Amino acid sequence: MKRILVGIKRVVDYNVRIRVKPDGSGVVTDGVKMSINPFDEIALEEALRIKERGGAEEVIVATVGPADTQPQLRNALAMGADRAILVQADGAVEPAVAARALLKLAEREQPSLVILGKQAIDDDNSQTGQMLAALWGRPQATFASKVELADGKARVTREVDAGLETLEVDLPAVITTDLRLNEPRYVKLPEIMKAKKKPLETLALAALGVEVRQRLKAVRFEPPPQRQKGIKVKDAAELLEVLKKKGVLA
Amino acid sequence: MSTRILIVAEHDGTRLNPSTAKCVACARTIADADITVAVCAANAATVATQAAQLQGVACVLKVENAANEHPLAAVLAPQIVAVAQGYALVLGPSTTFGKDLMPRVAALLDTVQVSDIMAAESATRFRRPIYAGNAIVTVEVESGVQVVGTVRIASFEAAPTASSAAPIESAQVQADIPTHTRFVSVSAARSDRPDLQTAARVISGGRALASAEGFQILYKLADKLGAAVGASRAAVDAGYAPNELQVGQTGKIIAPELYVAIGISGAIQHLTGIKDARTIVAINKDAEAPIFEVADIGLVGDLFQIVPELERLLGS
Ligand SMILES: Cc1cc2nc3c(=O)[nH]c(=O)nc-3n(C[C@H](O)[C@H](O)[C@H](O)COP(=O)(O)OP(=O)(O)OC[C@H]3O[C@@H](n4cnc5c(N)ncnc54)[C@H](O)[C@@H]3O)c2cc1C
Ligand SMILES: Nc1ncnc2c1ncn2[C@@H]1O[C@H](COP(=O)(O)O)[C@@H](O)[C@H]1O
Repeated sequence: MKRILVGIKRVVDYNVRIRVKPDGSGVVTDGVKMSINPFDEIALEEALRIKERGGAEEVIVATVGPADTQPQLRNALAMGADRAILVQADGAVEPAVAARALLKLAEREQPSLVILGKQAIDDDNSQTGQMLAALWGRPQATFASKVELADGKARVTREVDAGLETLEVDLPAVITTDLRLNEPRYVKLPEIMKAKKKPLETLALAALGVEVRQRLKAVRFEPPPQRQKGIKVKDAAELLEVLKKKGVLA
Repeated sequence: MSTRILIVAEHDGTRLNPSTAKCVACARTIADADITVAVCAANAATVATQAAQLQGVACVLKVENAANEHPLAAVLAPQIVAVAQGYALVLGPSTTFGKDLMPRVAALLDTVQVSDIMAAESATRFRRPIYAGNAIVTVEVESGVQVVGTVRIASFEAAPTASSAAPIESAQVQADIPTHTRFVSVSAARSDRPDLQTAARVISGGRALASAEGFQILYKLADKLGAAVGASRAAVDAGYAPNELQVGQTGKIIAPELYVAIGISGAIQHLTGIKDARTIVAINKDAEAPIFEVADIGLVGDLFQIVPELERLLGS
C-alpha cells in the first residue's frame, strides 16, 4: 500500500503573544492556546491532496510528544488523515530524537513519502526533516512550494534565497513544506465526529527502541531587547529631514 | 588548547557568499579559534582564494567533485562528514543553503545542531532566538560532543579582509555520493539592485500595494535610495512580489542600516526579520498599526501619495 507519513508537532498557536517566565526558566505555556504547527497543517494538506489525486492510499499522522497532543492528532484525523500515531515522550524532544523516532516509524510503515513542516514555530529549529532523510539514507527536498509525483520520483520546487529551485528525487523521500505549498482546508463538524472513530495508536518512545537523549540543554530564557518607541513625522519632507539629521541619509 | 572550527562555505561556483564571512566572524568570537573553511565545488579554486582572504581563517580546504556543481545537501553532507573529524564545531550559515545542509551533516555525525546562533559564549554555549525572536534562549551542549551549528548572519559583521592569505589545501575525500537527488533548475531573478540580505538600505512593501503594478512604485523609490526591495508574506502570497523578497520568520532575516516598511502592518512574524535594523521607518495609513511600536520614525498616511512625494523630493 502506498502511504504518506506526516509529522506533526503541537506548538503554541502562532497568534499567541509569547511571554518569558520571570525566573527565566522557559516561556509561559500554561493556559495558552496550542495548535498543530502551521507548516505541519500544510504538510498534511499536501498529503491529502496527493491521496485524493490517487497518488497514495493512506495518510498517517505521527507526533513525538506529550499525551496532551491527542486533540491535535484528532484534528488531523478530522482534516482527513486515516490514522494517527502518538509516540509518547515527556519533556522537550530535540530534533535529533524526533528524527530517530520518525525513522523507526518510517521503517515500520514503509511510506513512499514523508512530509514534514520546514520548521516548528516554537523552537524554529528547521532540522527534523533533514535529519530524518540523512538517517534513512533517502533524499530530502526542503522548503517545498510545489510537489509533483510521477514514476517513483518527485519533482519539487523549493523556495531558496536566490529564488525557486527545482529538484528531482527518487522515492521514498522526505519533503518539508514552505508556506506557499497550499492552503490547508477547514475542518467541518461531521468530520470531527467521524475522526473520533479513527485509529489512534499510542506508543512509548522506548518501545520504538529510541534512546531519550538530551544533548542540548536550555539553561536560560530571556525576553528579546525591546526597541525604543520612536517619533512620528507629519509628512514626506519632514521624514527626509529627520533621516538626514540622524545621518541615515546624506 | 585551541578550538578547531570548520566552516562550510556558501558560494555560487564563482563568488563566495557574504554569509561565509559572517560565519567566520561568529567563529572568531570563540577563544583560541582555529578556523578552517571548506569549499565544496566542482572547481573550488576561485572561491577558495576568496575564502583565504578572510581575517581569522587559518586554512582553506578544497573539496572538489564534479557532483558538487549544485549545492545538493544529500551530495555535500557525506563529503563534509569525511573532512569534519577532529573539529569541535562545524558551522554553516543560517541561509536556505545552510539550513538545508547542516542538519543532514549533524545527523550523519550522530550529533545535535544549534540553529541560528546569534552569539557564541564558548564552543559549547550559545544564544539563539526562538518563538519568532520573542524569546532568546541560552543553550549548552554536553562537553565533548561535536557540535554542528548555523549562524544567524544578521547578528554578525562580516569578517574583514586579512593582510595575508591563508594556505589552501586539497582534501582527498572518500565518501559515498548518492545519485537519488538531482538538480533540475533554478530561477534566480538576477537584478542590478543590491542584494536584500546584505543591503545597507531596504524598502519593503506589504499587502497595501494592492497589485504587482502597485509594487513597482517601491522599485522606483528603492533606486533613488540605492536600496534593495523586500516584501511581507502577504505581498508575496498575493503575487505582488517574488518569494525571494520575503522578510520575516520564514523569509529573510536582515539587518540593514535603514528599513522602510510601507503598507505593512507589523505582524510578529514580519518583525522577526527586521529586529536588527539600525533605523526602522514605517509608512502606514492606520495610526494604530503595530509596526509603529517598533518604528524609530513613523509617518501616518496614504502610501500612494507619500511614496511618489518621497521620490520627487529625493530628486534625481
Ligand atoms: C507560520 C507563519 C509564518 C509567517 N511568516 C511570515 C514572514 O516571514 N514574513 C511576513 O511578512 N509575514 C509572515 N507571516 C504572515 C504574518 O502573520 C502577516 O499575515 C503578514 O506579515 C501581513 O502582511 P502585511 O503587513 O503586508 O498585510 P496586512 O497585515 O494586511 O497589512 C497591510 C497594512 O497596510 C496598511 N495600508 C493599507 N492601505 C494603505 C495605504 N494606502 N497606505 C498606507 N498603508 C496602507 C494597513 O493599515 C495595514 O496595516 C507568517 C505567518 C505565519 C502563520
Ligand atoms: N516532536 C515531533 N513530532 C513529530 N513531528 C515533529 C516533531 N518535531 C518536529 N517535527 C516535524 O519536523 C518539522 C520541523 O521541525 P523542527 O526541526 O523542530 O523545526 C515540523 O514541522 C514537524 O513536521
